[in-house]
Amino acid sequence: MSDRTATATPTVDRFEREIAELERTYRSHANPFWAWVTSVDHKSIGKRYIVTCFGFFVLAGLNAGLMRLQLSRPENHIVGPDRYNQLFTVHGSAMMFLFAVPVMTAFATYLIPLMVGTKEVAYPRLNAFGYWTFLIGGIFLFAGLYTNTGPDAGWFAYVPLSGPQYSPGKRVDIWAQVVTFTEIAALVAAVEMIVTIFKMRAPGMSLNRIPLYVWSILAVSFMIVFAMPSVAIASTAMLAMDRLVATHFFNRAEGGDPLLWQHLFWFFGHPEVYIMFIPGLGFISSIVETFTGRKIFAYPVMVLALFVTAFVAFGLWVHHMFATPIPQLGRSLFTAASVLIAIPTGVQIFCWIATIWAGRPRYTTAMLFALGFIVVFTIGGMTGVMIASVPFDLQVHDTYFIVAHFHYVILGGVVFPLFGACYLYFPKITGRLMSETLGRWHFWLFFVGVNVTFFPMHLLGLDGMPRRVYTYLPEMGWGTLNLIASAGAVPIVASVAVFIVNVARSAVVGVVAGANPWNAPGLEWATSSPPPAWNFHPLPVVTGRFPLWEAGDELPVATGLATDRREVLVTTALDAVPDNRHEHPGESHWPLVMAIAVGVTFIGAVWNPWAYVIGFVIASIAFAGWGWPRGTKPEQQVTRGRVPATEAR
Amino acid sequence: MRTTPTAPRPAVRRLAFGIGTIALLATLAACNREQRRFRESPPSTSPSAVRVSALQPGTVQDTAHAPGPYDDVAYHVSEGQRLFGWYNCAGCHANGGGGMGPPLMDEKWIYGSAPEQIFNTIVQGRPNGMPSFAGKIPTPQVWELVAYVRSLSAQNSTGARSARSDHMMMYPGSGSLQDATTPVKSFHPPAAEMP
Amino acid sequence: MMLVDGLRGALNQSALEPAGPQAATVAHLWWFAFIVASAVYLATMGALWWAARRARRREERGEVLDEALAEPRMTRGVTWATAATIVILLVFLVTDLSVGRTLSPVPSKRPLTIEVTGHQWWWEVAYADTSPHGRFTTANEIHVPTGRPVLFVLNSQDVIHSIWVPNLAGKKDLIPGYTQSWWFQADTAGLYRGQCAEFCGLQHAKMAFQVVAESPDRFARWVSLQQQPAMSSTDSTASRGREVFLTGPCAMCHSIEGTSAGSHAGPDLTHLASRRTIAAGTLPNTRGALAGWIVDPQRIKPGANMPPNQLEPKDLDALLTYLQSLK
Repeated sequence: MSDRTATATPTVDRFEREIAELERTYRSHANPFWAWVTSVDHKSIGKRYIVTCFGFFVLAGLNAGLMRLQLSRPENHIVGPDRYNQLFTVHGSAMMFLFAVPVMTAFATYLIPLMVGTKEVAYPRLNAFGYWTFLIGGIFLFAGLYTNTGPDAGWFAYVPLSGPQYSPGKRVDIWAQVVTFTEIAALVAAVEMIVTIFKMRAPGMSLNRIPLYVWSILAVSFMIVFAMPSVAIASTAMLAMDRLVATHFFNRAEGGDPLLWQHLFWFFGHPEVYIMFIPGLGFISSIVETFTGRKIFAYPVMVLALFVTAFVAFGLWVHHMFATPIPQLGRSLFTAASVLIAIPTGVQIFCWIATIWAGRPRYTTAMLFALGFIVVFTIGGMTGVMIASVPFDLQVHDTYFIVAHFHYVILGGVVFPLFGACYLYFPKITGRLMSETLGRWHFWLFFVGVNVTFFPMHLLGLDGMPRRVYTYLPEMGWGTLNLIASAGAVPIVASVAVFIVNVARSAVVGVVAGANPWNAPGLEWATSSPPPAWNFHPLPVVTGRFPLWEAGDELPVATGLATDRREVLVTTALDAVPDNRHEHPGESHWPLVMAIAVGVTFIGAVWNPWAYVIGFVIASIAFAGWGWPRGTKPEQQVTRGRVPATEAR
Repeated sequence: MRTTPTAPRPAVRRLAFGIGTIALLATLAACNREQRRFRESPPSTSPSAVRVSALQPGTVQDTAHAPGPYDDVAYHVSEGQRLFGWYNCAGCHANGGGGMGPPLMDEKWIYGSAPEQIFNTIVQGRPNGMPSFAGKIPTPQVWELVAYVRSLSAQNSTGARSARSDHMMMYPGSGSLQDATTPVKSFHPPAAEMP
Repeated sequence: MMLVDGLRGALNQSALEPAGPQAATVAHLWWFAFIVASAVYLATMGALWWAARRARRREERGEVLDEALAEPRMTRGVTWATAATIVILLVFLVTDLSVGRTLSPVPSKRPLTIEVTGHQWWWEVAYADTSPHGRFTTANEIHVPTGRPVLFVLNSQDVIHSIWVPNLAGKKDLIPGYTQSWWFQADTAGLYRGQCAEFCGLQHAKMAFQVVAESPDRFARWVSLQQQPAMSSTDSTASRGREVFLTGPCAMCHSIEGTSAGSHAGPDLTHLASRRTIAAGTLPNTRGALAGWIVDPQRIKPGANMPPNQLEPKDLDALLTYLQSLK
């Protein structure tokens, strides 16, 4: 990266001196374990976040494997109802709360600062705190499952079944608290993303130059801010209190209402689907753009479609509740919204197809996954429109038709783009390319497995097989289709195994990738692979929507940020004009302490309300430590100052 | 006594070890507490353990009691709660507060509050009103009732009890068993009336 | 014979083999939606395939896309596709809402009223339509006359259940504290299986029931039979069995009209022998199945509320004879 715009060309000497100084500034703790614990680097956090999420994905997938084994034959006795209920509850909860949403957060944590061309994520310590909280929550859920305390009331935990009378013991309490952990993690990440995207973009990256993936993360972050508090209140404040201290939020006999739970849960639960899936759309845009070598057709329409989806997603939740007392007019409204949300997604698919038509597609593994996304997800979209219909939904609601529908949507709309993104961004994260041969095996095994497993479930649902049953009678005639579905789990397991092998192998012996192996347009490819701790120095300046395509390797840059401290450039929200410089904190162990405080509070509260008091004390200590003045001398503290106009353009 | 600045390190380690041990024990306890045994038949007890008075003739007998098979098992406590309603125990004992029959929310009981004593009280019946349920309630269910009845007076682990049921509460807060050891209203029949 | 009947009926739980006007309308709606969706899906996939092929061919031939022409073509293509999508969705929405409106109001034409109460994990069915003394309760088997709408009053004793007979009508939740109504009409006589559709705990999988749709005459005969108290058999084994029932644990939960057994915790057994299945549609109502269910219900439905019963072989035999006499 050379500098062609600064008035005074810096000498090589000065550049090297600054890099050396940055290395000192961003140096982490000497003890590698302590360095890992105290790290606030968004790339380090992002990497471990991604790995953790995939770990939970594998564990939750093993649950699914066991379930398929149990259902492969009628009246099977591999697991009993007690175990089966724990398996499917933990499968659903983990896939939702510990995989699909956080893995998108994880990738965003890693990629967004790179994509918007800044040195760090906003609130780096909060970011670390979010990860630790998430980790504690996830371990808590699986620890519960493996000690026979796994939640067993479904991932939706309908009261009264999940209430104190019908779910004795601590199983559902664990669920309620795990939800809290993941909501906290998601909320802090959403806040970081919003601030990073609005205030920390590279100079010149005005709103109309933001990559589509960044738009998708922005839309999703706002959705998280509005949707997550609903379930956090329902589970932590209401369900957990009903169970722990005998409040009556959901006790009909004392004036509570079991339907209140369903409204609060689905007000979160439906947007949740789009929270998982909109970043997937962003990934598809990145992949299609990169591998067709062409800008995505109709950029403003794509952005608009993302936000329309995000907005309308809040008007769909009642379609999960058509069998409850809902007045006719209300049903019609939610039906209409559920049908019409197909339009923005359809438009995006058409735009991608148009882009492929006009571009020069390269069929790499990532591109295959993007095409697989269109093929698989569209089926889920079609069935999604069908079940918006109240009469039809009442026939297939809570049957395997729905299981098939949402697996097509989530595997198609979340996991396919995610795998594609793994192949796309792996060289950026590790500096090495993934094997394309193994990648093709991965794709085809996964594609076949998903369809063989989930397509028969449509037929099972129409044939009357309800969801969440641990077994079925031989006379029902569901055996063959279930056996086929179970057989389909084999290629899925194999494909994930191939993926893991590919990742492990490529990380060590993969072909070394340069800074931009795919000839992609985004800023994330403007820095080395893997990026240095400070991402960019000097900062890139953006003059168009495709900086690397427009500028080649001659990217304009801005200088002037201090290198003896962790300084980032704050820009204006709309036009990304440099506004001021902000010093970021360095390594800190307080996020971990704070996460432990949260852990003590919510895990302890499963057994004893006093945990809130203890947790409060620890949290107060952590707050004090977190907010303790950093000891910078006043003259060294950065005052509000504008970047010299000559240095940024 | 070490007062050097390095002293906190072993302390931290000890603390971590302590927390780890507690977590492990809690986990193991949870394993047991969350078990759901659907097909077992715990034994009934010998019908000799009735004590009607604190006085004992002859030598002092061992007063240690074995715990009931389901005492700390959440699922079975809650099953006991269901059966308490189904078999109309509530008809006389109300929801533990007492009525026609004695209250069950305190632990001072005429015929003893140990698991096997309660078992025998249910199976054998007692004078002045308590009928015998022998042959009417299968043994595992009697033990479930024992576990629930003991939970009313907080004699078994708090972790195994449900905070409330989904019914109307008799008086504010009566659904919460957190403070069941200090019942709002306690009823002690004079010994002369109830032998 | 009854076993064969029961098995054939059990197979019938498909939403696409309608036996009444409601399920038929929905099945039509499904086929409409299925055909339209398939067409749209194939068109989209065709467009994707075509687009990819064109791009490939252009590259092979070394052609360069004329940007001035490409942009308007893309705009046109996407606009038309979007317009078509919107039109199709609106047509679907209108069809859908009109179908919904025709199906939801209960027909005013003299419906039969049946109260269904959900329990973990069985269905209590009470016929309240006739005079007060004609009210009777049964379980897990709903008899309805053909050609007459049946109105259900739904409630739940414990957690949320959902009633569903795919051949006749879509589902409705049974929510504790809420009274919901639901209706269907059976046009074809036959056995239709229904099943709980809302997850309700350990035995959600085995909470089924049967709808027996029969001609109005046969239905009336069935009703008058059900209104009778239980037969008191003169057979000595049966009366011994009655003794076992009343003195043993059975009477703690089950009721039999005409005897002193009156607990309503479990299903009413007054006419147990007239039913096709036991254990909520799980087992055929045979002597062997009944014996297995009484002795070890937790093997068949682990977690169900029926406890295992240790009975002397002679007592069990007598009890079975008695229960089988409850026609």
